[in-house]
Amino acid sequence: MIRGVIGVLAAVALWQAAVWLTGLPPYLLPGPAKVAQTLAASRAEIAQAALFTAAETLVGLVLGAGLGIALALAMAAWRPVGRALSPALIVSQTIPVFALAPILTLWLGFGLAPKIAMVVLIVFVPVAQALYDGLMAPPAAQMDVARVMGAGRWAMLRHLRLPAALPRLASGLRLGAIYAPVGAVIGEWVGGARGLGALMIQANGRMKTDLMFAALIVVVALSLALYAVIDAGLRRMLARRGF
Amino acid sequence: MTRPTPAPASVGVSGEAPGLFGPLALRLAQGRVTCLLGASGVGKSTLLRLLAGLPTGVDFRGTVDSAPAALMGQDPGLFSWLTVAQNVALGARLRGERADPARIAALIDAVELTGLETRLPANLSGGQRQRVALARTLAEDRPLVLLDEPFSALDARLRLMTGDMAVRLLKGRTVLMVTHDPAEAARLGDRFLVMTPAGLAEIDAPPGEVPRRHDAPEVLAAQAGLTERLIA
Repeated sequence: MIRGVIGVLAAVALWQAAVWLTGLPPYLLPGPAKVAQTLAASRAEIAQAALFTAAETLVGLVLGAGLGIALALAMAAWRPVGRALSPALIVSQTIPVFALAPILTLWLGFGLAPKIAMVVLIVFVPVAQALYDGLMAPPAAQMDVARVMGAGRWAMLRHLRLPAALPRLASGLRLGAIYAPVGAVIGEWVGGARGLGALMIQANGRMKTDLMFAALIVVVALSLALYAVIDAGLRRMLARRGF
Repeated sequence: MTRPTPAPASVGVSGEAPGLFGPLALRLAQGRVTCLLGASGVGKSTLLRLLAGLPTGVDFRGTVDSAPAALMGQDPGLFSWLTVAQNVALGARLRGERADPARIAALIDAVELTGLETRLPANLSGGQRQRVALARTLAEDRPLVLLDEPFSALDARLRLMTGDMAVRLLKGRTVLMVTHDPAEAARLGDRFLVMTPAGLAEIDAPPGEVPRRHDAPEVLAAQAGLTERLIA
């Protein structure tokens, strides 16, 4: 915690030093004081934008995680499905999802839907991949015991493979939580007038670099807060289960 | 607790696994503890897994006569997210049956873990974890019990106590115990089989009911004899 505070202070000092040393005008590189002023002055506008971005992120994260979990379970439960989709999952990770943002806007319009779709796309692959890996690598000694006890396929999945894969699922969800706000911002960037991404694009276009930085700082803070909440929840969930 | 029924007299494995072991015939002593000793990698666990109906990953050619079995290994294989009581009742959970709580409580008492029913395995000592696995094995109430080096991760004192407890509680069942430890075999085995790539050799066991005292002269002599065979 203290180290984090020191790190932030050091970064702000470096930033201010860079502004002084380079002598760049504020529309190219505003200093931290200027950005803080703008943050305070535009707080209503930024807060409203942040609310939209946060809503898109949360809805997309929940849907993406749900889809990822469902896909991983289907792949683990039906081997042909798993064999068929496992390479597709890897290929899908090589697609720069951001490149899909314009087409999502084309398909889904300028409302919340394309932003949420962007978050879903970005979240669902790491969640599905992590859970699938966990489901396919159950602990050997426990598997032996369960087999000798006559556990069926479904009992094995429900009582052993899924609970044993929870730590891997948690890793996937953590990754998803980190990527999710980025997805929402990219979605807003490409189309629409609401949210922090749209605010940043508009600020950039009007040379209001200080507002752009202020929005960027809020994106980072939002992402960190989301990650902290989800990480704490996952840790508690895992600890209760003896992991 | 109900009186256990031993597995049929025919329980055993006969055949070969090219590259691992030559033709051999393993017969288990009905209602007795058969100790299987031998060097690492000679195929002892493969025989046990064949009897358990588990995948072995080897090319086995022959026949397996088995019976409903319960398994306990060096890794107790406890489910880390289930409590002690839930782990003991695991078989019922996996088969979708209802476990009898009174019977589970009696088994936990038999392995001296009363009071720890709601603990998770992470909060138990190594010896306590093996006793949970033992109670879980007893809860299965199977005529054939397969023990794969169940005590080798325990210190000398715990190994002695847990081994004696296991053999006492498993009395009347047909037991195959794979072990590396001649001292353990000499105390706990009604029969000794030493496995080499050439096959199985039976060594005479000392007289007396198991578990025997660790310091009885005939037990020490049997231990020396077994050690001799293993280093030969």
